[in-house]
Formats: sequence, C-alpha cells, structure tokens
Amino acid sequence: MVSLCFYFQVHQPFRIRKYSIFDIGKQKDYFGDNSENDTNNIKVLKKVASKCYLPANNVLLELLNKHPEFKISFSFSGVFLEQCEKYAPEVLKSFQELVKTGRVEILSETYHHSLAFLYSKGEFREQIRLHKELIQRLFGVTPKVFRNTELIYNNELAREIEAMGYSGIIAEGADHILGWRSPNFVYRPRGTKKLKVLLKNYKLSDDVAFRFSEKSWKEHPLTVPKYVQWLNAVNGCGDTINLFMDYETFGEHQWEDTGIFNFLRHLPEEFLLHPDNNFKTPSEVINSYPERGEFDCHNFVSWADIERDVSAWLGNEIQHAAINRVYKMGQKVLSTKNEELIDKWRKMQTSDHYYYMCTKWFSDGDVHKYFNPYNSPYDAFISFMNVLHDLELDIEKEIKQRTQNIKVTINQPEGTFIK
Amino acid sequence: MFGWEFPPHNSGGLGTACLGLTRGLSNNNAEVIFVLPKKVDLNVDFIKIVFGEDGAKRKYFVNSLIQAYSTEDLYNQRLSAEELKKRGIYGANIYDEVDRYGEIGADIALSEDFDVIHAHDWLTSKAAVAAKKATGKKLILHIHATEFDRSGSNGVNQHVYEIEKMGMENADVVVAVSNFTRKKIIENYGIDPNKVKVVHNAIEFENYALDQIHDIRKTKKVVLFLGRLTLQKGPDYFVQAAKKVLEHYPDVVFVVAGSGDMEKQTIRQVANEGIADKFIFAGFLRGKDTQAAYQMADLYVMPSVSEPFGLTPLESLKCDTPVLISHQSGVSEVLNHCLKTDFWDIDDMANKIVAVLKHKELKECLKNNGKEEVKKFNWNEPAKRCVDLYDEVLKGEK
Repeated sequence: MVSLCFYFQVHQPFRIRKYSIFDIGKQKDYFGDNSENDTNNIKVLKKVASKCYLPANNVLLELLNKHPEFKISFSFSGVFLEQCEKYAPEVLKSFQELVKTGRVEILSETYHHSLAFLYSKGEFREQIRLHKELIQRLFGVTPKVFRNTELIYNNELAREIEAMGYSGIIAEGADHILGWRSPNFVYRPRGTKKLKVLLKNYKLSDDVAFRFSEKSWKEHPLTVPKYVQWLNAVNGCGDTINLFMDYETFGEHQWEDTGIFNFLRHLPEEFLLHPDNNFKTPSEVINSYPERGEFDCHNFVSWADIERDVSAWLGNEIQHAAINRVYKMGQKVLSTKNEELIDKWRKMQTSDHYYYMCTKWFSDGDVHKYFNPYNSPYDAFISFMNVLHDLELDIEKEIKQRTQNIKVTINQPEGTFIK
Repeated sequence: MFGWEFPPHNSGGLGTACLGLTRGLSNNNAEVIFVLPKKVDLNVDFIKIVFGEDGAKRKYFVNSLIQAYSTEDLYNQRLSAEELKKRGIYGANIYDEVDRYGEIGADIALSEDFDVIHAHDWLTSKAAVAAKKATGKKLILHIHATEFDRSGSNGVNQHVYEIEKMGMENADVVVAVSNFTRKKIIENYGIDPNKVKVVHNAIEFENYALDQIHDIRKTKKVVLFLGRLTLQKGPDYFVQAAKKVLEHYPDVVFVVAGSGDMEKQTIRQVANEGIADKFIFAGFLRGKDTQAAYQMADLYVMPSVSEPFGLTPLESLKCDTPVLISHQSGVSEVLNHCLKTDFWDIDDMANKIVAVLKHKELKECLKNNGKEEVKKFNWNEPAKRCVDLYDEVLKGEK
C-alpha cells in the first residue's frame, strides 16, 4: 500500500515599495505601491489569482467532488491570507470552499513567513500563535502539523515544535541527510519523543514543480500514465509519497499552456486505478504509519536550490546586515505596544525580502532574477534599509511620547484633573 | 586594421580598446596589421604595426595631427602651435587630415596581404572605405562612439555625421560596442539592422600594483567622478546629486578628476551650490594617479548622459572600488554587480550614493562581487566574436 500526500505552499509577501532616503519621515505606507511595478502587491496578487489560485482551486474542487478518496493539504502564510481578505476576497472564499469538504488539511506556519526561528524563539512562537488564530477565524480548524518557512529545519526546531504540542513536522528529504534511506517513510526527529517528520520526495515533487515544461528534460513531455507509473513503483518500498510544492506551480511557474492543469485533473483517477493506492493528508500519514527510524539533522536544511541550505536568504553581507538590524529592533518595538508599528516590523521579517537580496547567481541572470521585483539585489537592500530607518524613527518617537505621558501622570497629584 | 591611437600614446578608452582587441585577436590566431596615423614608439610583439619610414616609398605611417577626441577647435589650436615649426604638410583642418589619411589608406591596403579590413570610428572611415574600394576586401567598421554621444545630441557636427554615415553604409558589418550604440546607429544613421552587430568591450588584465591608500581616506568618505568634463559625461548631474547627498550625509568629499570644456562651469556650479568645501578638483589624471583616485574612493560614479560602452567602471572594480553607473551606458548592459541609475534621476543617484556611504556591508558586497564579475570581461571573448564576424563576411553571410 502506498499513500500520496500532497502539500501545497501558498504565500505572497508584502513587498516593500521603492523607498529612497527622501521618503524617510514622509512615506509611511511601506507596502502600498500602486504603480505598474512588480512591487505593487495588489497587482501581483490579482495576477497570480487569475493565473493560478482561481483556476487551480476549480480543478481541485472538481476532483474533491468527483473522487471521495482524494485529499490534499495547504499551508497558507498569514500575510497571504491577510492580502486575500483585503484585496481578493473571492480567492479566500474559494479556498474556504475547498476546506469545507473536510478533506483538505491546513498546516501551521509562522504568520509572517519569517526566519524568526533562527533569530528569536519568542517571536517565532508568537507568529505561530497569530497564524493559528487566523486559521481558526477564517477556516474554523486548528493545524496539527507544522511546516517552517521554506522547509528550513533542524533537530532543535523539531524539539521546539514537539514542545508546542504538534504531532508532526515537514522537512526536505535531502540526500545528504537521508543517505541511503528513502523519504517515503515516516521518521522520528532526533531528540523528540512522539513527533513524526514527513520528508519531501524532492525528485517526484520537482518533476512536476520544476521540470514539467522543461523541453530539454529527457522525460518531456510528462504524461499522467508515465508519472503514475513512477508513483506505483514506490509500492512495496515505501508507505507515503510526499509531494510538496509551491501552489504557484499550477498556472504561474508552469503556465496553463504547458498542460499542467490537465495533468493535475487526470492524476487522481489514474493513480486510483491501482487498488493499493490511496490519498492521505499529513495528519493521516502520521496516524497511519509507524516511524521507521531516526531523522538526525543538526545543521539547517531547506528546500531551496541545489544547496538545500539557508544561503538564499542569509548568504551575503547585505542580507545579514538587514536581518540583524530587524531583530535588534525587536525589544524596542515590542515595548511600544503600538500594534501598527509592531505589525510593520513583523512584515519586514518575511523571508522574501532577504531572498530579493540574494547575489549568489546574479552574475548569470537566473531564477532569482525572475522572482525579483527589484532591479537588483542591491536596490532591494537599499529600499529595505531606508524603510527600517523610517520605522526606527517612529519607534523612537513613540517611546518618547509614552515616557512623556507617564511623566505627566506621575507629576499630577492624585485627586486632581488634567485640564 | 585602421586605428588612430595606441597605448601608451593614447588619451582615452579607444586606444586601450584597440590594444585589448588586437591582443585578443592574436590569442585567437588572427594576424593583425595595425595602421596608425601618427608616428609613435611602440613595443608590441603580437601584431604587426605599419609605420611609414622617412624617405621610404610606402608611407604607412601618416604623420598627421589627428588625435583621439579631436574636435575642429582643438585641431585648429594644435595646428596653429605646430604649423610654424613643421613643414607644411598638414591639411588646413581636421577634415583634410581625414581625407589625407584616406588616400594613404588605399596605398597601404594595396601593398599588404590580408583578408578583411577592420576600422575604428569616423576618423579612420575614409581610409578604410578607400582601402575597401582599392582592394575589394570586406570592411568591418567598429563604432566606439557616435557624434550623438560626443555632442550630447546638441549641435551634431554635420560633416562628422556624414563621414560616419558614409563609413557605416560602405561597411559590410558595423560593430557596435553595445546595444545602446547599436540602436543609435540604426535610428540616427538609418543603417540596416541586419548588418549591425554588438561586441561588448573588455579590459586588459595586467595587474596594477596596488599602492598605499591616500591619506584622505582615513578620515573622510570619498565619492569619485572620473572622466572628461563634457556634456556627455554628466558632471553637472554629479554635482546636483552631491548637493543632495550632503543633506543626508555631510561627512564626505567629492573628488572630480578630469578636464574638459565644462571644467569652469562645473567649478562655478559647485561654488553656487555652496558646497565648494566638499569638492576637490584633481584635474586630468594618468596611469598610476588614476588608480590612486579609484583606490581612495568609497564609490565611483559614472553619471554619463550617453556612454557607448564605458571602461572606467571596470577599471574601478579592478581597483576594489564599487561603482554607480547610468543606465545610459553600454557597460550597464553587461555589468550586474553595481548600482544603476538614470543620469537625470538626481534623487535616485543621491539615494544610492548615501546607501553605499552608510552601509559598509553594501560596499563590501558590491566590491567583492564586482571584483569577481569583472574577471569575465577579458578581451579574448570579444575578439573571438570579431573573428566569427570575419568568417561570416568572408563566407558571404552577414
């Protein structure tokens, strides 16, 4: 018997507008670019909604209605859902319809799609809590399985997640950690008692997510029967095939004319032809299969690039300078208890901002450029640092005001009124 | 190959480009016969340089007053100084010189054995076209700058324009040093796009010995402008940006290295803005002094209004100094690890200058990545492109 376990990542950051030194002290709407640039968040959201979210949700709803055995899971970032609520309620509604079928699991993550675990455990836990509240409010469910931003993972994270009461966690099935072992089983993270880890089968996932329309790939074109044959081959040597990918694969990374929607549409039917095959959500996989060994991952691993490490976000001097400054502000901004300032600060933690500053392959003009709404990693950094400068000024102002208010209250003798 | 200057006897990027290109061609097994209009002492072993010897029958070396970046006025100035002591062989103006060079070009071509003619810019155009007509050999005209770049689109010299156009029309292939320049050749000269090819420039890589850093670096941040002070290079935009930078980052010195017809105007502009105490005018620099200028700077700014290629940013990166360049340059098409701006966008320029001054991590990142990237600009690649173009025209393809 083999289970197919789908998890789709759905995320859009609040990109910051082009922000120069001359905006400091004046422009307070960091994320409100309404130009034709790709830093216009509403424009991007609407574009991706029409190319991916809406058509892909239609296909999935159709499949859920047609096949009672079909199941999937999503992880939504809080910043994505927040933008949907504000600018694309029809998208939110269509996700809610999917969840209503009862066969769509929602995973837990940090509200701000952040790298907080690497910098502040307190902030990390707070963002998970905010995310949980949002999911409960919008979907009426409580996530049981956690996935960290960009599948960044290590043993310490697993222990933290177990302590927070989760039953499972998601990670990349990276070769350098698994060695000869297969990602198609459930494992126990080192140092945990009950937690189980589900590992992405990166080969079969990337066949769809990255290679589907790659004409130079020897398997191109990828047909449903061919792919299901590969899935069936796991039968007898694995319990679960974890296909984890960005939801934008459907229609955005792989355009509609590549045939990606038809591929998705016909996959469940073909897969279910084999009587031993079924679909399971992450929680069901965790409850159905025993762990087959220990997963020991001391250093951070992620699902990004060939390196499978954190260098896409934290690989150069400017990325470190930017993120260190953000977390250095933490105590101060939290002390203001000013929700608007804290919210802005948290939106600056979204991993995408640091990804846009990646210079790793910039010389060759590559995938990072394709996903970068700024002209260069350096431009991304400059706008980001200018925004932080403005935010710092506002935090200082707020703290000053609060201390003045306190002084006024103290100086005022009891029983008298302030006029 | 028809050129007009060759290092160390050069006054700008053109001679440097000819040296690099010919060395690259030699590495690609192309034999070069290089013709110069002016007699100079050269010690080059990888190409054959033809000079006319005194009294010799074949006067390959054309003793003329043509130098790079000549304008009619400059030529006349030089002529008046020289004409008294020299025999009366010079033409009355620069155009006659170009004509004279043209006539001798045909003679040289007839007495040498070669496959194609490769010429650089308008000054050599007549010589090259004459050579083509005399021998029937194919002509590749390499455009490093057009009259529209030099004049900043104001007051284009019609005579120069016509020589340029004539050269381009007669050429079998026109090589542009950038897409930026290719576009001008097509749009402003009406040349068939199919025969205009882009070959980006590169730089030479003999290592400079890095000298010790100038004292000024120890206390102040330095932003450098280095180039001719002409409309084309945008010194006025540099001054305007500097004024804005100082409002946000006062502890900085702006060094202006170069001379040109806007020198007085630029100095006046700095004085009028009330920022003279923040400026150093270093005059025209050569060789080691140029390197020292790059090295003491925290950032090199090239705000060119119209720059066909622009080698100086690559030189600056070689000296470990990051660069901010205008989009209106050929080099911005091929250089990634740098900051870019539109020359007229003073706010953006100031914003980026301040960012480099404020964030040492940004400076480090630009410096390290830029230093790595600049290695890809070696002359063997563009030379190989030229050899491919020779093969194509010889096969009758364009």
